[in-house]
Amino acid sequence: MKYEELIYDLVQKDKNYFILTAENRAAIRNLPEKITNNFLDTGISEQTLIGVSAGLALRGRKPIAHVLASFLTMRAFEFIRTDIGIPNLPVKMVGAFAGFLSEANGPTHQAIEDISLMRGIPNINVFCPSDEDDMILGLPEVLKSDSPFYIRYNNLKSVVEHNRFKIGKAESFGEGNEVVIMTYGTLFSQAIEVMSQLKGKGIDASVINFRTLKPIDEGMILSKIKNVGLVVTLEDHFLTGGLFSILSELLLSKGLTANVLPIALNNKWFKPALLKNVLEYEEFSAEKLTKRILKTYKIKKESFYAEWSNI
Amino acid sequence: MNKIEIQKLEERAVRVREHILRLSTGGGCFTGASLSCADVIVYLYDKFLNVNIEKLNDPDRDYFFLSKGHDVPAVYGTFAEIGFIEKERLRNHLQTNDFIYWHPNRNIPGIEFHSGSLGHLLSVATGVAIDCKLKEQQNKIVVLVGDGELNEGSNWETLLVAAANKLDNLCILIDRNMFQANMRTESLIPLEPLERKFEAFGCSVRSVNGHDFSDLHDIFSNFPFALNRPSVIITETLRGKGLPSIQERADRWFCNFTSEEVEELIQELHGNYSAQINSESLIVR
Repeated sequence: MKYEELIYDLVQKDKNYFILTAENRAAIRNLPEKITNNFLDTGISEQTLIGVSAGLALRGRKPIAHVLASFLTMRAFEFIRTDIGIPNLPVKMVGAFAGFLSEANGPTHQAIEDISLMRGIPNINVFCPSDEDDMILGLPEVLKSDSPFYIRYNNLKSVVEHNRFKIGKAESFGEGNEVVIMTYGTLFSQAIEVMSQLKGKGIDASVINFRTLKPIDEGMILSKIKNVGLVVTLEDHFLTGGLFSILSELLLSKGLTANVLPIALNNKWFKPALLKNVLEYEEFSAEKLTKRILKTYKIKKESFYAEWSNI
Repeated sequence: MNKIEIQKLEERAVRVREHILRLSTGGGCFTGASLSCADVIVYLYDKFLNVNIEKLNDPDRDYFFLSKGHDVPAVYGTFAEIGFIEKERLRNHLQTNDFIYWHPNRNIPGIEFHSGSLGHLLSVATGVAIDCKLKEQQNKIVVLVGDGELNEGSNWETLLVAAANKLDNLCILIDRNMFQANMRTESLIPLEPLERKFEAFGCSVRSVNGHDFSDLHDIFSNFPFALNRPSVIITETLRGKGLPSIQERADRWFCNFTSEEVEELIQELHGNYSAQINSESLIVR
């Protein structure tokens, strides 16, 4: 099933669902003519789109708003915070082309602080599917929720069979605890490939796909950091405010620590290019990631086990 | 509207201004701004809006959105007079045991949406208006916007959307008191010719003396002014209206008077007295 079909079915079943866009129709190109009375395009006006969504929600509608992630989360930030966050209205905000998915658009379009911004708003939750299957699995529950959600739209082809979806629950792949890769979204497929490459080097790894970053699966994190060689947080997001920050906040609040290699965009925008070229250039391709992880893993291996064996 | 009705509204407006003045001490409030739109709000809740205290969530009700949220003392004063809230409740102003603070919020019955950040509620009202239109309901959706607030670009962005969607159920009121926070609008960011601006954005526009109930009634009785267009009513008002000692003064936007000054101002409100105000003016911006 595709995103568009899922949304169409939803609107057929429940006319309160209301589909909006600020002229970003990529995900819903064929929908408008089919759902005329449940669709609005506000033109290139992200702030108005969010305010209008709030008004529709006041009337009992369940708005699903589609905007380019960078303009949604930044141009309309204060509208989201004030008109959706404060009254806790059930508006779903779908950000397109987030993270590396903006490809060659350049830094204006790079939403790589979106998770940091959205999770910082009380009441607003964050869903970051790793691929199209993951998104389709998660959407029914996310869209049914009474909470507002930021959804990092992602229609990449899936490389795994995903588990059943539950808000606030992560899924894990592999059993290894020498390297645990914590990730979400676009880079999940790279992480799966890294796990296999590490296996080839004799290192047992596992991958955690967080799915929702807010609420975060604290239980999964706390169980996985025990007896682990190296934790890797992997994300197409700024180093600040994303998964590495979430992990750091959680561990510190519990008085815990871990050996963590954060892989993210450290205080920089990425080189605009086609996705596969970006991954190569920024060293986020599976091969480059494996090298980066191995380098750190080898340096720290001895001391890690020494520390953990003392606990 | 006959003379008796007009007199009733004028008397109510005086009592609303008393409430505003009593909220202007012990921490204060946005007195000057609230006084400018008090008559319009009194008029709306008596003659124009179909809202019923017994059925505040009725989907067929009319909606009133206060986009210039700092004028909320005028709304709470009106609510106290028409029974939406107990008059005693206004004594909870700025206390943590209630929700009566400098900007409106939905904890107060009758408040449709919170505001305070300028340039927001025209878009929220537009969302409500779109839904009412799609459901072919007859509700009127009224939003009160400050003239200074029109500096915010989001208003003009939303006007384009409201016009594109032919929202003739949308009634946009501009509290044209010619002041923004610290100075006259025309000396900071000139708005004139304001009627023509709104017309150019696809609205149908009228101007009216915002302190004359008879004129207000004539104008509002003609709503909507045109099919398929949002209506704009520019209510020409005076900041600090009703109190000569603070009227049309840039430095009497936010006021925190002593309780003695409040009593003097209430006497001034009722005529034949000139209040002596020594409190320093407070400009919160």
